[in-house]
Amino acid sequence: MLRQIEGSRAVAEAVAACRPQVIPAYPISPQTHIVEALAELVSAGSLAPCEFLTAESEFGAMSVAIGASAAGARAYTATASQGLLFMVEALYNASGLGLPIVMTVANRAIGAPINIWNDQSDAMSQRDCGWIQLYARDNQHAADLHVLAFRLAEQLSLPVMVCMDGFVLTHAVERVDVPDQSTVDAFLPPFAPRQVLDPGDPVSIGAMVGPEAFTEVRYLAHLRNLDALERIPALAKEYGALAGREVPGLVTPYRMVDADIAVVALGSVLGTLADAVDSVRADGIRAGVLGITAYRPFPFEQVRQALRKVRRVVVLERAFAVGVGGIVSADVYSAIRTPLWTVVAGLCGRPVTAGSLRGMLREATTDRLKPLTFLDLDHDRVRRELRAVGGAR
Amino acid sequence: MFQVRIHGRGGQGVVTAAELLAVAAFAEDRYAQAFPSFGSERTGAPVAAFCRIDDHPIRTHEPIAAPDAVVVADPSVLHQVDVLHGLRPDGYLLVNTGRSAAELAISGAVTARLCLVPATDLAREHVGKPLPNAALLGAFAALTGLVRLDSVEAAIRQRFSRPVAERNIAAARAAFDIVHAAQREASNA
Amino acid sequence: MSVQPVKFYQVGSWAAGNRLLRPEDRSVQADPQRANSLTSGHRACQGCGEALGARYVLDTASRVTGGRIVAVNATGCLEVFSTPYPESAWRLAWLHSLFGNAAAVASGVAAALRVRGDRDTRVIAQAGDGGTVDIGLGCLSGMFERGDDVLFVCYDNEAYMNTGVQRSAATPPAARTTTTPVVGAVPGNRFGQGKDVPRIAMAHRIPYVATATVADLRDLEAKVAKAIGLRGARYLHVLVPCPLGWGTASGDTIRIARLATQCGLFPVYEAEDGTVTATTPIRRQVPVEEYLKAQARYAHLFAPEPRRDLIDAIQAMADHNIDEYKLLDGE
Repeated sequence: MLRQIEGSRAVAEAVAACRPQVIPAYPISPQTHIVEALAELVSAGSLAPCEFLTAESEFGAMSVAIGASAAGARAYTATASQGLLFMVEALYNASGLGLPIVMTVANRAIGAPINIWNDQSDAMSQRDCGWIQLYARDNQHAADLHVLAFRLAEQLSLPVMVCMDGFVLTHAVERVDVPDQSTVDAFLPPFAPRQVLDPGDPVSIGAMVGPEAFTEVRYLAHLRNLDALERIPALAKEYGALAGREVPGLVTPYRMVDADIAVVALGSVLGTLADAVDSVRADGIRAGVLGITAYRPFPFEQVRQALRKVRRVVVLERAFAVGVGGIVSADVYSAIRTPLWTVVAGLCGRPVTAGSLRGMLREATTDRLKPLTFLDLDHDRVRRELRAVGGAR
Repeated sequence: MFQVRIHGRGGQGVVTAAELLAVAAFAEDRYAQAFPSFGSERTGAPVAAFCRIDDHPIRTHEPIAAPDAVVVADPSVLHQVDVLHGLRPDGYLLVNTGRSAAELAISGAVTARLCLVPATDLAREHVGKPLPNAALLGAFAALTGLVRLDSVEAAIRQRFSRPVAERNIAAARAAFDIVHAAQREASNA
Repeated sequence: MSVQPVKFYQVGSWAAGNRLLRPEDRSVQADPQRANSLTSGHRACQGCGEALGARYVLDTASRVTGGRIVAVNATGCLEVFSTPYPESAWRLAWLHSLFGNAAAVASGVAAALRVRGDRDTRVIAQAGDGGTVDIGLGCLSGMFERGDDVLFVCYDNEAYMNTGVQRSAATPPAARTTTTPVVGAVPGNRFGQGKDVPRIAMAHRIPYVATATVADLRDLEAKVAKAIGLRGARYLHVLVPCPLGWGTASGDTIRIARLATQCGLFPVYEAEDGTVTATTPIRRQVPVEEYLKAQARYAHLFAPEPRRDLIDAIQAMADHNIDEYKLLDGE
């Protein structure tokens, strides 16, 4: 149903329509409105049968999800930033055990310094943990991706994290066609676990594996993860047909057909980028955008195809690797093997403005971008700080 | 696209005001986007909220740097925060106050479309609490014509329980009437 | 001829050789149909107290529930020696997740069973002392406070044994571990530290808390049976000597555990809703020395010079327990 609704609420209702059975929750900004809405739905009896429990930490929350999923219940939780890091051990455990848990990550920067604002550092730091990672471009996409996530997770027996920019999307009240129960029921069958804790047919889950078998176990998990590259487009198509709209799956090109310069990005910045591109197009700059939805597994082939005729590639990062530079840039470079520019923007909620993006596109067009740029960096402040430190020595 | 920035303090319903405005626009089948400037929840701290309204889907997620209208729910932030930053030369400035522009030290050169409304007084009278947001929305509807008053009322009804909603609607209507009357007077003068 | 009633003093008692014990009073292990939840072939050390305890606990739980249990195991000796991939010694539904989260994972399993309408299958979380009192305490406390329907069993061998005998918050004072070595003026683990987890459990006012040892296996079975008969968060703390870590002979495991109870260092009791409801009195009190002398981890208290001061301090702890739990009050 079409609603003007807060992103968190839209996600909560989409998740509720997926009939989760166990929801452990631990609060952290900016995910709180999601779990609060779910608590309300469960208490009111609108979401039943469902066990909602408040965990003592994020590590506890993911652990509860692990136990619940292993015992055959559809499990869901949400977190961000420090909370995601606090459960890292459990993240690897969930993917290693092949448990189809779905989790929302309301992307937020990681301290120190302590902060609460949006960037993608949290999920990016966990790109290797074996979870499938999907990034929402807006709240409609966020709602739809959660429905997709449950089906994908249970198909592959792998956990899926749906990332949405904290505050920017979670706390934005936008127009969303919230997936209704009948649409979701038509798309998502009841959870049929690949393996389950059942006294009637006992199995041991979580054995100790040594050098003689670990590599093969990991390799098989890798293959299963790669399988998502085929399943995601198929599922997006199937769900899109039921919902009556297109749902971005792996990658989404915008004005890429004749693009001379392409910006690759993930998340909510894609909307602002589209506006910036339209604006510079009017000035004759043939810019385009490649939005990536599925970041893990990484759609190398799709990215390569989309960028193969583009002369100038800019990767707009919402996080960065200290001491190295871009994170997504590395993956994009692996796909295209031609030089690209990395622009780090919007760390910890610094607004990414259409104006700055237009400036970035103009500089790229005239090859004035440096290999690594921090958009809107306060150079004066940096100079003052460096001088102060230098003076103290 | 019409962009509104609302300034006030935590606890005054600034964020809710932006949301209600978005819902009102939605009721008129327009696209809208509302979001707060984000911070840890804290009553009394300066807060800003944004609302965009358009006939086409809104893609951008950047904060509003060049608003077409600024609403000030608490005049004490007027000289504490740069509430007027980026306001279009002929943009609307709606301030919640019972005092005059001179008393608030707002220069008439800021904008011709300045509107002062005693929203907190109206709220106390109709709602029983000093929550000026509904009254400000009513005033805003009259001032800009961006949304209809009945859309604002529908949004309020959707959000609050019946008795609370009706009281807020009364405040919105009162403010709407005041602004309308002032506009008629100004055009007659 | 009239029939003379004859009293058989052994009937109804647990005296050795009594074959006339009521079936329900017999040890689960005496039943050829027992579940054998932890079957032979696992890789535990000879004389492992934890393997013994775990078998008794789970077979009892299995009997009481008709086999409807799910076990959630923390990382540690029990998990490592029982599931060397591709083999598993477990004959029940078993899940191992991480070191510190057994209680939370068990809460998740319990929630799943509840939401699926399964009231018959019961959840047992099990961990060593490390996975309970240190890294596991946060999740444990959360499980207690929510009152999740989980029986948590701690097999306490008083150190991180699987990683090579390092000190935990369950390691008793003066005990030698690799991180509390016998060096310097205060050899072994420090006095004045440590956590009393049964009392921490009681502070959460959960329905049932009990301590037990592998020296009294019938008592352990009875407590497991009682715990399974209740719902909500329940905690069982079982002392399980570790021949390797304690420096005892592999055949002495049960004897050592008995000495721990008889000297008063390990009080055996039950508590319900935060209050002690029953204690097992000491039958034949022994000085702590007799207990300490039998373990190489305390050898430094006796040689090269006897550390009377430390032994006396340990005796004072035992006396305090005897006093607090009234362990010498007559039967």
